Amino acid sequence: MPAITPEEVAHLAVLARLDLPAEHLARLRAELDIILESVATVSEVAADDIPPTSHPLPLTNVFRADVVQPSLTAEQALSAAPATESGRFRVPRILDDES
Amino acid sequence: MTESTDLTRMTAARLASVVATGDASAVEVAQAHLDRITAVDAAVHAFLHVDTAGALAAAGAVDAARAAGGAAALGPLAGVPLALKDVLTMEGIPTTCGSKILEGWRPAYDATVTRRLKEAGVVILGKTNMDEFAMGSSTEHSAYGPTHNPWDLTRIPGGSGGGSAAAVASYEAPLAIGTDTGGSIRQPAAVTGTVGIKPTYGGVSRYGLVALASSLDQAGPCARTVLDAALLHAVIAGHDPLDSTSIDLPVPPVVEAARHPDVRGMRVGVVRELTGDGYQAGVQQRFDESVALLEELGAEVVEVSCPHFPYALAAYYLILPSECSSNLAKFDGMRFGLRAGDDGTRSVEEVMGRTRATGFGDEAIRRIMLGTYALSAGYYDAYYGSAQKVRTLVTRDFAAAFEQVDVLVSPTAPTTAFKLGAKLDDPLAMYLNDVATIPANLAGTPGLSLPIGLAPEDGLPVGLQVMAPVLADHLLYRVGGALEAAMLDRWGAPILDGAPAL
Repeated sequence: MPAITPEEVAHLAVLARLDLPAEHLARLRAELDIILESVATVSEVAADDIPPTSHPLPLTNVFRADVVQPSLTAEQALSAAPATESGRFRVPRILDDES
Repeated sequence: MTESTDLTRMTAARLASVVATGDASAVEVAQAHLDRITAVDAAVHAFLHVDTAGALAAAGAVDAARAAGGAAALGPLAGVPLALKDVLTMEGIPTTCGSKILEGWRPAYDATVTRRLKEAGVVILGKTNMDEFAMGSSTEHSAYGPTHNPWDLTRIPGGSGGGSAAAVASYEAPLAIGTDTGGSIRQPAAVTGTVGIKPTYGGVSRYGLVALASSLDQAGPCARTVLDAALLHAVIAGHDPLDSTSIDLPVPPVVEAARHPDVRGMRVGVVRELTGDGYQAGVQQRFDESVALLEELGAEVVEVSCPHFPYALAAYYLILPSECSSNLAKFDGMRFGLRAGDDGTRSVEEVMGRTRATGFGDEAIRRIMLGTYALSAGYYDAYYGSAQKVRTLVTRDFAAAFEQVDVLVSPTAPTTAFKLGAKLDDPLAMYLNDVATIPANLAGTPGLSLPIGLAPEDGLPVGLQVMAPVLADHLLYRVGGALEAAMLDRWGAPILDGAPAL
């Protein structure tokens, strides 16, 4: 594996929605390099004929009965919100340009 | 006060009996533990929140139930205090997960584990400290400061559930709930001289457990004795329709096993790959002595090889960050928790970026970045895909081993408790603490840690891990209970009696 580049680290931070200062990104680049080099050993034994395991239980399509159950009230759901307005979550503007 | 009348020194089983017979009220039991917390928690820092009023009210309700219906109206742990890890929700009580991003959050609902504890009359004293979102092996990644090991306050109590283990070890509570994603119940138990069990994955509901890695997380009991842990296990376990990964089968007979511990005729496998190099001399010595003791008690001990266990740590540190980067995406500052930088001009994307950079600590950020990388197009097959194959190989190793033996044993952790700060700047060194506990999380199999003595070189507790097949949790208690009884016989007193007074 190639060493992780400063541009890649900056891009990962954007994907992960982490607005980090440059010095933190530089530190992360060094740490991720060391960790990735260490965990790359998984490829030594991961042969083509081995099926992947995503979960310890072989469960598929677990459904419940289609019956209305008690759930949170709107007031409860909004109770921990950083900002609300008219019984809804108030969020910052979602478009980049005011148009 | 002598040991026999000090309510904080009693086992959970004894406390339940004291409350049932009326020798002490549940309120007196709760107050004794609240007083103990007041006396020692400034030094230990096991709790992030103490719910004095709620605990006394819950205890009062147990006393009222006894007054109305007699002892028969009480469950087996009614009136027994408990410390709840701060990663499980409790209605109206702060739940931070050790993170600034959830500071001040008061959930509107109980986790299923919390609900079952309340219904059983267990008295919840408060919420315990932990590494942020359960990422760590020392509690040093808590945003609220580390917990200190009651054996030596300059040392780590393990993690992520260091608060729960330290609360039990310092007699602040006879019982605690932990969660174990890579060893976060078992490793703290080992370094604090207490008992901890990770049940079979799916054995205890994850509803209301704030997810770190959904395919690995499992809540379980922390206690000072094997029987106490079994009693708690029985209260919290069982199918829950609110968790689609919950197993819809009877709970293994853990209490019966703990009451009748016996290893005669059992086949016990020592995992070759989890001993020797990398294990502290005193840890290895106490482990070898315990294996010899198991043979004396009538077990047949053989060495077993699990050739892919050496790859488990690497696989774990790809699978966990991948799942965690996805799970922690919900902390975006919109519906709950911190919101930073919302000045009326910044966009939602900018506010999210600032919120997450402000609210998450270093380790959370490290793992989110690692997971984001491992799941990226172009790297997915090499990293996450390969890790999932290793997961298959580790599971096959367990299956092959359990064809030869009933249970496997190893040291729980490679070392005793290290000094606070010793590994904080070296993520890889910190990750190695979980080298022996991680295989069970990958395979979903149950594991127990119990104290087996003090390492001669530093006088600190050593833990032995027992691992069993899926849904054979009761075998952990059979073996753990037998070893515990034999050790107590040799030592003449519980190991925690040797801890310094706080």
